[in-house]
Amino acid sequence: MLANRKLILAHFWFAFALFGVALTLGAWQMFIRSPIGTWLSNPELYYRSLTAHGTVMGYVFPTLVAMGFGYAISESALEQRLVGVRWAWTGFWLIVVGSVMAVIPIALGRASVLYTFYPPLIGNVFYYLGVVLVVVGSWIWVALMSINLRVWRRAHPGAPVPLAMFANVAGSYLWAWTAVGAALELLLQIIPVAAGLKNTIDAGLARIFFSWTLHAIVYFWLMPTYIAYYTIVPRAIGGRVYSDTMARISFILFLVVAMPIGMHHTFADPQVGAGFKFIHSAFTALVALPTLLTVFTICASVEIAARLRGGRGLFGWIRALPWDNPMMLALAFSFVMLGFGGAGGLINMSYQLDASIHNTQWITGHFHLIFGGAIVIIYFAIAYDLWPHLTGRELIDMRLIRTQLWLWFIGMIVTTFPWHWVGILGMPRRMAYFDFGDPAIAPQALSVILSVIGGFILLTSGILFLVILARGMRAPQADAGAYRFALAVHQPTIVPVALNTHALWVALMIVLTITNYGYPILNLATSAGTSVPAVYVGAQ
Amino acid sequence: MSTRDLFTFRNRHFTIGVGITAAILIVTAVAGFVVLPFAQPWARFTSIWDAICSAAGVPQRTTSVAAQAQDKRLSEVVLTSRTLSRPSQEAIGRGATLAQRCAICHGPTGISRADSPNLAGQYAAVIYKELHDFRSGARSNAVMSPFAVNLTDDEIADLSNYYAYLPRPPAYHPTPLLPKPNIVIYGAPLRGIAPCGACHGSLDNKTGSPWLEGQSEAYMKAQLQAFASDERRNDISQQMRNIARALTPQEIEAAAAYYASQPPDVVKAVD
Repeated sequence: MLANRKLILAHFWFAFALFGVALTLGAWQMFIRSPIGTWLSNPELYYRSLTAHGTVMGYVFPTLVAMGFGYAISESALEQRLVGVRWAWTGFWLIVVGSVMAVIPIALGRASVLYTFYPPLIGNVFYYLGVVLVVVGSWIWVALMSINLRVWRRAHPGAPVPLAMFANVAGSYLWAWTAVGAALELLLQIIPVAAGLKNTIDAGLARIFFSWTLHAIVYFWLMPTYIAYYTIVPRAIGGRVYSDTMARISFILFLVVAMPIGMHHTFADPQVGAGFKFIHSAFTALVALPTLLTVFTICASVEIAARLRGGRGLFGWIRALPWDNPMMLALAFSFVMLGFGGAGGLINMSYQLDASIHNTQWITGHFHLIFGGAIVIIYFAIAYDLWPHLTGRELIDMRLIRTQLWLWFIGMIVTTFPWHWVGILGMPRRMAYFDFGDPAIAPQALSVILSVIGGFILLTSGILFLVILARGMRAPQADAGAYRFALAVHQPTIVPVALNTHALWVALMIVLTITNYGYPILNLATSAGTSVPAVYVGAQ
Repeated sequence: MSTRDLFTFRNRHFTIGVGITAAILIVTAVAGFVVLPFAQPWARFTSIWDAICSAAGVPQRTTSVAAQAQDKRLSEVVLTSRTLSRPSQEAIGRGATLAQRCAICHGPTGISRADSPNLAGQYAAVIYKELHDFRSGARSNAVMSPFAVNLTDDEIADLSNYYAYLPRPPAYHPTPLLPKPNIVIYGAPLRGIAPCGACHGSLDNKTGSPWLEGQSEAYMKAQLQAFASDERRNDISQQMRNIARALTPQEIEAAAAYYASQPPDVVKAVD
């Protein structure tokens, strides 16, 4: 029962079109700084491209996917028409305008500051305003998700909120609060300097504000994927969710512990006290918990499907799974990448281990494996699953879909494994080129070439993805029926209020943010002499 | 159940949720602020409060170590977006009058015939900074320093605007155009040297960096050597000194010869 198909399709198409552009830039970046490309005589072009790649892939693409998917969940899981459709379109257009506004200064070379902003580098003010518009547009979505749930609750007092919507709203609250860090950095610090009202900036404080956003944003990117794990995969492969309660607890845990952990990005920053670094490190370790719970629950749910299909034995059931089903394939690939990426993440969050890979290509490899791999491959699966319901047409070529998913998986492994390796060898991140002729790093050339090949496999897969979706717009019409979510083994009839509402967990999230960020921010904000002169990009 | 029933210790979920969160926070805080600071072999804390403040990152000044006295002057130039904005015609005229005393070395039209820098068309910010540094002593030169020492702030701004206003020298250098050396275009990534062209033209220009095309080869070489030997110290955060120290003599020759052979009219116009 998707009434606002155009709205959802608009979000998805704009997201995927920008994704295609950013993916192409990414492949070019890998090529140009590898031993097979000639050195780029103007490194600024590399940083320009890197800024565009990061801004699109970090801010615009996942936000739009989460929004489009969120609207679809709201309409189908709650079985009620979306309230506030006009506002939803307003949010969408704000994001479109914001994206264009941000991309123009980047293309002109006036905002090559990377998507992480890196003050005291200061780019053109319109770049930052564009990012702000994107965030404001997404906040409209947050409000709409909350309002739609409230409308549903009024009509269904005391009833358990469908899991998909419960998780979706948890994700939206997480985003609303985590975006506040970057918003404070932009509004209080960067934009006044970019607009020429100030000439100095406290770069250390800005980094703390950004770390507030930077880690929990990853869990916001992750939310659609986890929602799909729990509520789409079991249905698509003919199983049931092993435990609805476990699912709710996982999402609640993400809400509480995804936020107060961002300072593990600032382990090498001298302006942060070691005590706070330790607390953030410990809480980062905790965030592995909901992921482990999820892996357990989903493996159990998948086993249910396999046994329903006649699977036998301790591991023999694995063969009985529907491996030709794209959703099954995507889930398996996603778990493999999540496993490796998660293991790497445990190294990043440990203060001592981090020292050996901090600011190296290991980090780039890590977040591409987790986000580009484990998360985005499920975005593809979500799009494939929703497409027939959005277009009213069938996706016919399952083989092509499987090929696309295989290519993405292979491409991501081939790209990121050598990246991790050269990171351990000490190759720094964010370099426009390397002198592979020097004996010191000549042995790394082979690994870098391998990852370039992976990059082009990814590009091929990305193009295939867009082709499949475009062909799906012109396929023969077919009624896909109502869009449904997976049922649990024990469908909830009564859910305790704590697991049916978000208030307690949002409160804990805010309290932990205050305990873990309050003093460091206050300390830096009130210390004199912590600001440095701004460095304006492209200024003369 | 309403939210009133949620936020109460009678609600098991509330008690457990808040309890576990608080317990983890307290345990990690005790470990991070008390146990671990004292576990450091170098720890010399006078009290627990001292350890907590240290772990929290409270800025501390140790009185036992005196701050190192700075015997050499550093550049103190502050350039804001309003410092040199929109010079009036009168200001440029005043600059022209003042510039007559510079003509003996820098040429009556800002084009030198004495291995001094050509100033015609140089960025205003560059001249502004160098004159300030000569005046303050951050940069010194037997000929130049006495000229700068009596200039006022306004006179420095007028001179900067006047020279920036002059047309750049025409391409008169007889040497054939040399190919771009690697050091100018790529730098040396493994020695941490950024390309010369990333700040000084050919690729990009950064605020405060002069364009170098058509400048005297002998002058540029001498300046690079002065940076390398720490004789010249008015670069911000040692950026030129760090580069010059890492350059080989051949690279210094190549960069100076290349920029000297380039016609100034190819300077990338970014202003």
